[in-house]
Amino acid sequence: MKTIFFKSIGFYWVLVFVTSCKQDKIDFNAQVRPILNKNCISCHGGVKQSGGFGLVFRENALAKTINGHRGVVPGHPEKSEMISRITHKDPEMRMPLEGEPLSKGEIEILTKWIEQGAEWQEHWAYLKPQKVEVALDDLGWGVNEIDYFVFSKIKAHNLFPSNRAEAPDLVRRLYLDLIGVPPTNEQANEFINNPSDEAYESLVETLLQSPKYGEHWSSMWLDLARYADSKGYEADRAREIWQYRDWVIKAFNKDMPFDQFTIDQLAGDLLPNPTKDQYIATAFHRNTLNNGEGGTDNEEYRISSVIDRVNTTWEVWQSTTMSCVQCHSHPYDPIKHKEYYTSFAFFNNTADWDVPTEHPIYREYDSISTVELEDVKEWITKVSSKGEADKWEAFIRIQEPKLRPEDFDETFKTIHYNRAGQDYMEVNNGAYVKLGNVDLSNIDRVYINYSQHTEVKGRLLITKDSINGEVIGEAILNKSNGFENLPAKLTSGVKTADLYFQFNSKAENYSFALDGFLLVNKLPANDEASNVIYGKIDALLNADFIRSTPIIFEKPKDFGRQTQVFDRGNWLVLGDTVQAGIPKLFNVNNRLFKNRLDLAEWLVSDDNYLTGRVIVNRFWAKLFGRGIVLTSEDFGTLGEKPTHPELLDWLALKFSNEWQWSMKTLIRNIVLSETYKQSAVISEEAKQKDPQNQWLARSPRVRLSAEQIRDQALAVSGLLSDKMYGPSVMPYQPEGVWTVVYSDDIWKTSPKEDAYRRGLYTYLRRSSPYPSFISFDSSERETCLSRRINTNTPIQALVTLNDPVYFEAAIKLAEQIDAIEGDSKLKVETAYKKVMGKRISPEKSEILLKLFEDTNAYYKIHNDEARQLVNSDDLELASLTVIMNVLMNMDEFIVKS
Amino acid sequence: MDLYNEARKKNLEFTTRRHFLKKCGTGLGGIALASLMGPQYVFGSNGAAKSLDPVGVPHFLPKAKRVIYLHMAGAPSQLELFDYKPDLQKLHGLDCPESLLKGKRFAFIQGVPKMLGPQFDFKQYGQSGTFISDALPHFSEIVDDVAIVKSMHTDEFNHAPAQLLLQTGSARSGRPSIGAWVTYGLGSENENLPGYMVLVSGGKNPSAGKNAWGSGFLPSEYQGVQCRNSGDPILYVSNPNGMSRDIRKKSLQAINEINKSQYKEFNDDETLSRIAQYEMAFKMQVSVPEVMDISKEPEYIREMYGAKQSGASFANNCLLARRLVEQGVRFVQLYHWGWDMHGDSKATSLNEGLKSKCEEVDQPMTALIKDLKQRGLLDDTLVIWGGEFGRTPMRENRGGRVMPYYGRDHHTEAYSIWMAGGGIKGGISYGETDEIGYYGIKDRVHIHDLQATILNQLGINHEKFTYNFQGRDFRLTDVHGRVIKDLLI
Repeated sequence: MKTIFFKSIGFYWVLVFVTSCKQDKIDFNAQVRPILNKNCISCHGGVKQSGGFGLVFRENALAKTINGHRGVVPGHPEKSEMISRITHKDPEMRMPLEGEPLSKGEIEILTKWIEQGAEWQEHWAYLKPQKVEVALDDLGWGVNEIDYFVFSKIKAHNLFPSNRAEAPDLVRRLYLDLIGVPPTNEQANEFINNPSDEAYESLVETLLQSPKYGEHWSSMWLDLARYADSKGYEADRAREIWQYRDWVIKAFNKDMPFDQFTIDQLAGDLLPNPTKDQYIATAFHRNTLNNGEGGTDNEEYRISSVIDRVNTTWEVWQSTTMSCVQCHSHPYDPIKHKEYYTSFAFFNNTADWDVPTEHPIYREYDSISTVELEDVKEWITKVSSKGEADKWEAFIRIQEPKLRPEDFDETFKTIHYNRAGQDYMEVNNGAYVKLGNVDLSNIDRVYINYSQHTEVKGRLLITKDSINGEVIGEAILNKSNGFENLPAKLTSGVKTADLYFQFNSKAENYSFALDGFLLVNKLPANDEASNVIYGKIDALLNADFIRSTPIIFEKPKDFGRQTQVFDRGNWLVLGDTVQAGIPKLFNVNNRLFKNRLDLAEWLVSDDNYLTGRVIVNRFWAKLFGRGIVLTSEDFGTLGEKPTHPELLDWLALKFSNEWQWSMKTLIRNIVLSETYKQSAVISEEAKQKDPQNQWLARSPRVRLSAEQIRDQALAVSGLLSDKMYGPSVMPYQPEGVWTVVYSDDIWKTSPKEDAYRRGLYTYLRRSSPYPSFISFDSSERETCLSRRINTNTPIQALVTLNDPVYFEAAIKLAEQIDAIEGDSKLKVETAYKKVMGKRISPEKSEILLKLFEDTNAYYKIHNDEARQLVNSDDLELASLTVIMNVLMNMDEFIVKS
Repeated sequence: MDLYNEARKKNLEFTTRRHFLKKCGTGLGGIALASLMGPQYVFGSNGAAKSLDPVGVPHFLPKAKRVIYLHMAGAPSQLELFDYKPDLQKLHGLDCPESLLKGKRFAFIQGVPKMLGPQFDFKQYGQSGTFISDALPHFSEIVDDVAIVKSMHTDEFNHAPAQLLLQTGSARSGRPSIGAWVTYGLGSENENLPGYMVLVSGGKNPSAGKNAWGSGFLPSEYQGVQCRNSGDPILYVSNPNGMSRDIRKKSLQAINEINKSQYKEFNDDETLSRIAQYEMAFKMQVSVPEVMDISKEPEYIREMYGAKQSGASFANNCLLARRLVEQGVRFVQLYHWGWDMHGDSKATSLNEGLKSKCEEVDQPMTALIKDLKQRGLLDDTLVIWGGEFGRTPMRENRGGRVMPYYGRDHHTEAYSIWMAGGGIKGGISYGETDEIGYYGIKDRVHIHDLQATILNQLGINHEKFTYNFQGRDFRLTDVHGRVIKDLLI
């Protein structure tokens, strides 16, 4: 008893000694924050501030609590209520209540910290990344700076780096990591026969240039972008948005710098004269769900989409859990409730709404209309400029800005239907719609977007400033073919005016559906040709299109929406009006923000400390199975700390500066490191000391992703199609998987090679995703997903054993092996080599050979079963198929190591 | 061993899995690894960090071991079935007073609708004297075994979001369903079957789609496994044509031996786990078709439920539910689609459509309770029956027009469900609504309260049962919910 007592006292004094001598100054982040997070913050955080005491902001910690004391009085631990409470004798007073008391060491640290002035330090992720210079002569182990950082941690944990992986394992790993599929035997042999550093380097280059590279790396981004082929919720109808998926693949393949990659997706529509690609890129945020169920409130689900855009943006680029702030201030991180809505304001002004048409969309026309459009552009370029022509092209294809019922200032004799699949205004005989204070300085035309079922004629008069004002435009409404754009000339001659659109008809019960108005700028010239051009534009605005993609389009400023705080996150209870901006915590240079473009530019600027770290961490996690920060989705106070903070900052700074946001350069540097090239064999010692492989003294063994597992089976059997891009495809799926209410959509197996495309082209219906993918932990893509959690289940075994896709691959492979001249041993060993790219071990060879012989003997008796299995009289083919099925279920086959 | 200690022990086995593996990894002899490790290991393991394992569950002695949830997708009318409102009959055909409409949002009602009296008669049954509609003659026999909650209310008036709120605690997609939470916390009791199984009837999936039984951010092994009515009862459970059980066994042995050899080389515990999964898959190939085969039931039992030899019906699914819980499946979720009686057609009318829906469920759900009871399973099996919201006391007037048939719109403020077994009092009614069944006026029960109560019966404190995702501790009940103590024995 006594010894223990003295020991603990001894320890205590050593600790005090250490803290007082070696580290004179208490380090808030290293010493104080962990104590607060562990013991205090769940009751004294940003939301729950028991007793009026909170520890998220310094000002709260220093303020008076409910009982009038101050929790923390800088310089005076003896006056600080916090110290008196954590050391209190009365268990009803002592903090933490009902918990273990703090240790003496912890109390000492807190006391000293207050004594020294209770200085606050931001959480590591909110501090500027620090540059670390590494002398390459001084690595100790490995070939580049990454190895230096990793090796220092390996040493510090008394571990040893592993040897380089065997060439066959390394080349398979590299192929799977860079392009997602394993090498063919020829490709593998090329490296195995010459596994030099130069050969490795040149292989890395070759793989980074492969078009398959983009296909593989897109999956990660598509999980973040929650890309899917349907809209979600009840009927979960199809959405045509695959061009966005193709945009991502192309961006990866051409190594689009990550800053541009960011700006195009978040604010491509706000760039000067956006290209088609830049508009398609904005579909990133059109992957939100759309609820077309009968009786749903369109505004409620528009808001729901905006909320998702806010949360997704903050998660993808900042690994910050903004969603916590939707209803109240952040419980752990210094972000305030109101600051959610300043972020919301960035996204609240887009023209999309919760309707089945998915407007605004980017339209693509058939060849005839495309020629017409080229004529229009050619003429405009001639009389003005290419820039002007591009503007008109965008207007014709997108048909925005459109002023819709929510923008009308006054209406009479109209009903706004805005539920479920409908969103239009019913306009009745004698109705009018007012648009207030319209800037007409450059406008001489308006299109009325309307739908009328009846043959009756309606008459539109556009008057200025009042119902009885001067008539400045008119048009006749006839029966329409669905929603049509009807032009009306404006002869205003004034700068601004209130416009009254008045609708009358001789038929008493005349009515039609109005979607909105397109106010159109003047053509840049007014000559004889311009009438012809107007004619073409009129036709194009009503032309059928062959393809479209939902995009983000900002509403015109004059008709912008106001953003108000939702009290406790309830969109029906509105609070203060706010302007677009980012939380104070992040705005280190007091930048001013107007719109999404400012936000996107800030994300990839030097004023942002997180983007570089967050993004390099995502790539690291994909290559090593876990991030330097394990919680890729949360870099906040409650997230895991980086295992290699210096490495994280080094990579982040390189990525955003020297490497100019090149994702390929980032990957190249990582896979060229010795760290990456290590063997995945786990020594007993390493298993004890580092079971989770945090310190990377070995290469990880990671199960392949859902897409990879299928791609690989198709690849090794020769079934995999190389075809890229285009609408999503439907490979074989059992009957009856799609039984979705109010939907006639059916799963129809795609013809020919389309049934064997890479997994990322598989049609993803959110309410009923492709079964084998979901079994292997893929995302349903309902919301942004930072990391898939790999599981290991019997359902997965059933997929790779029995799913006809895998069985077909087994037969295909067996046919090739069957054609080989030689004995069964040769066949079995060739087959193994074909799937694993290396020679089989004698032990495994024996196992397979025995199975082959047993199976062969069995099928000799059970001919009919063999015939059923492979639809052939070739008994050996049946036995080989069983062998191939085994090969495709080996642990080593579905894992990269 | 009592239930509590049994659960504790299993949890302990689960959390000490690494230790266990180490012990048996060295001398791996046969391949009966999975059976050694117990079901928790198979349907409850994940390769990710250990911190993902649930801590301290169950929190206290559970009353229920398992759950059968009968979800009537589309939302049945409480006013025609359980909540008897003679006063509403007196108001039949009158304009709805302004006070009931002001500030309210409806899915379809527009302008001023008319009040609509109950379309079926009610009588009192059992010792409890519970009022039950003529549409549920069988159910009237078991009123003394069930608790009817008449004061349910929800936040959502559209099907998909309301079903998600009921099943996942949130109206937006992406959260784990209640069955996933429960199996995450408690695992399965049967090593040969998944812990969470889903049966669908009525011709369609529920509006919320497969998200209603998804695992959300929990590892995917906790998602509900859907049993299919045709083809494979569970996807890919059958071997390809021509692959006999014999050959399958041989090939699985080969796979596991190769994997063992791989384990010797790389020393990765996940390889051992894979060996166990393959064994389990092999067992499931027998146990799943077996448990799904209702022809094994005696004739009189099938008749009791009104079950047919094959095909998808609510009756078959009720019988299957009993077979599954009997085998130790933790959470059995049934969906029966088609209760959305708006009155726009005969099939969606209260008088015809609702009546035939009742005929589909009345006998089987009654038989389920009786059957569980006669087998002594009702005491520790919690059964819940109900929809995602209720129906308005007003007649629906979609688009402001008179509908061809009698129907009611979606209603969030008050509706009825019933519960039985698993420590729930029998023969009681809980909560009251006003004289027309529009608002709950006493002991209102929110969706989150129901969820808290279900977890409570399973020994789980809903406030302590969390999972960290995107930096936040998530709960099934979000930041709400209270256990309805008055319902409990």
